[in-house]
Amino acid sequence: MPQELISAVEQNWIIGILLFPFLGFLFNGLGWLVLRERFPRKLSNWSACLSIAGSFLFTAAGFYLLTREEPETYYVQKVFSWLSAGEFKADFGLMFDHLSAMMCLTVTLVGLLIHIYATGYMGHDQGYARFFSYMNLFMFMMLTLVLADNLVLLFVGWEGVGLCSYLLIGFWYEDWDKARAGLKAFVVNRIGDFGFLLGIFTLFLYLHTVDFISMRSWLEVHSLEFNHMTIYGIKVATLAGLFLFLGATGKSAQIPLYVWLPDAMAGPTPVSALIHAATMVTAGVYMIGRLSFVYVHSPAALAVVAMVGAITALYAGTIGLTQKDIKRVLAYSTVSQLGYMFLAMGSLAFAAGIFHLFTHAFFKALLFLGAGSVIVGFHHKEQDITRMGGLASSMPWTHRTVFVAFLAIIGIPPLAGFWSKDEILFRSLANANRWVSDYHLNFLLWGVGLAAALVTAVYMTRWMILTFWGKSRADEEVKGHLKESPPSMLIPLGILALGSALAGFLGVPELFGINNWFEHWLEPAFAQAPAVSITLFGKEEYIEVLLMVMAITAGVLGLLIAIAVYINKPGTADRLAEQFPLLYKLSFNKYYVDEIYDWLVVRPLFWGSYYALFRLFDVLVIDGFLNGLASLNAGIGRLLRRVENGAVSTYLFIFVLGVLAVLIYLGVTRF
Amino acid sequence: MSIGVAHFLVLASVLFGLGLLGVLIRRNVIIILMSIELMLNSANMVLVTFSRYLGDTTGQVFALFVMVIAACEVAVGLAIILALFRNKDTLDVDKINIMKW
Repeated sequence: MPQELISAVEQNWIIGILLFPFLGFLFNGLGWLVLRERFPRKLSNWSACLSIAGSFLFTAAGFYLLTREEPETYYVQKVFSWLSAGEFKADFGLMFDHLSAMMCLTVTLVGLLIHIYATGYMGHDQGYARFFSYMNLFMFMMLTLVLADNLVLLFVGWEGVGLCSYLLIGFWYEDWDKARAGLKAFVVNRIGDFGFLLGIFTLFLYLHTVDFISMRSWLEVHSLEFNHMTIYGIKVATLAGLFLFLGATGKSAQIPLYVWLPDAMAGPTPVSALIHAATMVTAGVYMIGRLSFVYVHSPAALAVVAMVGAITALYAGTIGLTQKDIKRVLAYSTVSQLGYMFLAMGSLAFAAGIFHLFTHAFFKALLFLGAGSVIVGFHHKEQDITRMGGLASSMPWTHRTVFVAFLAIIGIPPLAGFWSKDEILFRSLANANRWVSDYHLNFLLWGVGLAAALVTAVYMTRWMILTFWGKSRADEEVKGHLKESPPSMLIPLGILALGSALAGFLGVPELFGINNWFEHWLEPAFAQAPAVSITLFGKEEYIEVLLMVMAITAGVLGLLIAIAVYINKPGTADRLAEQFPLLYKLSFNKYYVDEIYDWLVVRPLFWGSYYALFRLFDVLVIDGFLNGLASLNAGIGRLLRRVENGAVSTYLFIFVLGVLAVLIYLGVTRF
Repeated sequence: MSIGVAHFLVLASVLFGLGLLGVLIRRNVIIILMSIELMLNSANMVLVTFSRYLGDTTGQVFALFVMVIAACEVAVGLAIILALFRNKDTLDVDKINIMKW
């Protein structure tokens, strides 16, 4: 029996992590359905937050238990047998191993803080019970995704979070634009989900199981056999990996399916922070980590993951440079940071990717919640950062906390973002993916990553300057009403600021003589990556230090550029935009990707559906057939009704004829 | 030549034929109604004939029933004719064609 199966310990409390948010969802959902606005706001707030707190406590306790076990040990719980058809079997089974424990901890902690924040942010909204029931449902689905012990259950969570994302983006559905944004997110995600399903089918077809543990232990024994499995000359691992990655590009907003995420900012800000920054969008990264034992068999698929990640990181960053909406800049920043995570996953640095996911959850949630605090300060009337500025004085605590997140994201040591981003850049250069290093793509990946770090620093500094620093450009009328947000919003900001500052110390590289706790913690959850193939001229330590210095330089350089452009010589930005109108317009209009997709996909689909399917097939063929049948009947009736002329004598005559006919018939048959 | 069952049956047939003819070719509604009565009575005659021939009184009982029914029918028929006449001022079936689509 393989090692993995021995170290699985059956537990009965794991379902508790899921149960709390689910009960919260039912409670708030029923409250909304039955009582609407009469459902006490306090009850809604408390039940929603307490359910997440319960979930967090269960996770934390489980995490503590897990730290006291042997490294290979993990907890499982089979809740019930779910699907079973012949060879195919999928249980509602939960797995609490080092990876899902870490992920659950992040999700429940950040989720709890954002729920508390939301009680303040949604303090004046009438749909609070509906909001919290969706939020709790989201937490339930997200935790299902994380804790699932097989691909099918993971897919349930995957779809569930997509549904909640749709519901929450379109939360203010009276506004057509917002409802549309929700729809866009849902439809774009469906394209990815199609790939994800194909990936599941491919894996099941060749591995005959969807269970992670069985898959992994089978692959460990049959590694060679699996490497030789092909479909139409393509390696099964590559094909499955790419299909699943297509799903990940949808959920985690990577090229080419990233277009929904910036629009998703139409939802309430806590939603943007929780779903579209900290948790749901990282599901793709988590999935690759979960299936690392499949991905290690396909350097090609991993190379694609890494390249898409690196390109997305830079590409989304350049769009972020010119956006004006306070949340939209952050949205592109999220896309860019997710690109980093995929870069790490593709470079076989699974722990580094999850580490960035972990730190990013803190500082990006903080940035979004800070932006939400600003929006509340402006009474939801202003989101354009070119019409803000000088908020540092009127919203001191929001500014202070956001400043920490700002330093973290641009990679200033020793804040969280620095450690994780630096680790990713180092691992992308010292790439363990033989396929990448053979073609010397690692230098390219690293270069793009470094450029993205520079761009990140520029647009985040611009964002800070325009929002918080300098003189206020807001309307006089609005300016008078500016005030700091309530404590229910500031306390989560403070805690997240602490996390953004300190979370990075969990993963300090071994270079500093400290054990890289984070990496060691996750080690048993991931497949063994092959040893690094290039040794960086045999001087890894020096190179690592050099890279670290370069990463810091990129961050500081970006910071200085932005300061030079926006503070020292205000107006430089406009002049640059005039000098390079093409570049500016490309960036400002998001490279016209939405328009291109519109022309290439949406319009042809719409026209095809309208003219070919609706006007031609539906109206002419289907309706035509049924209407034709009806008019045929009507025609026959029109002919036959001539017989009914209303004259009694005719009726009588026909009646007699009928009787005669019957009599003759009887006579003929009898004799 | 003694009078047998056949004679009665022939008489009944002739009566029935006359009734049928009256129904088909006469125009007056009252005459049509009377012709129908004629046909009913021919049927009665057949019933009574066979009752006598087979020595079973059931046929005669049935004939009495038919007469009762005929009386009712006439009552209803005449009432309809009365109503019809009030509406149309005519009893000519060729002019009454309201049973039309």
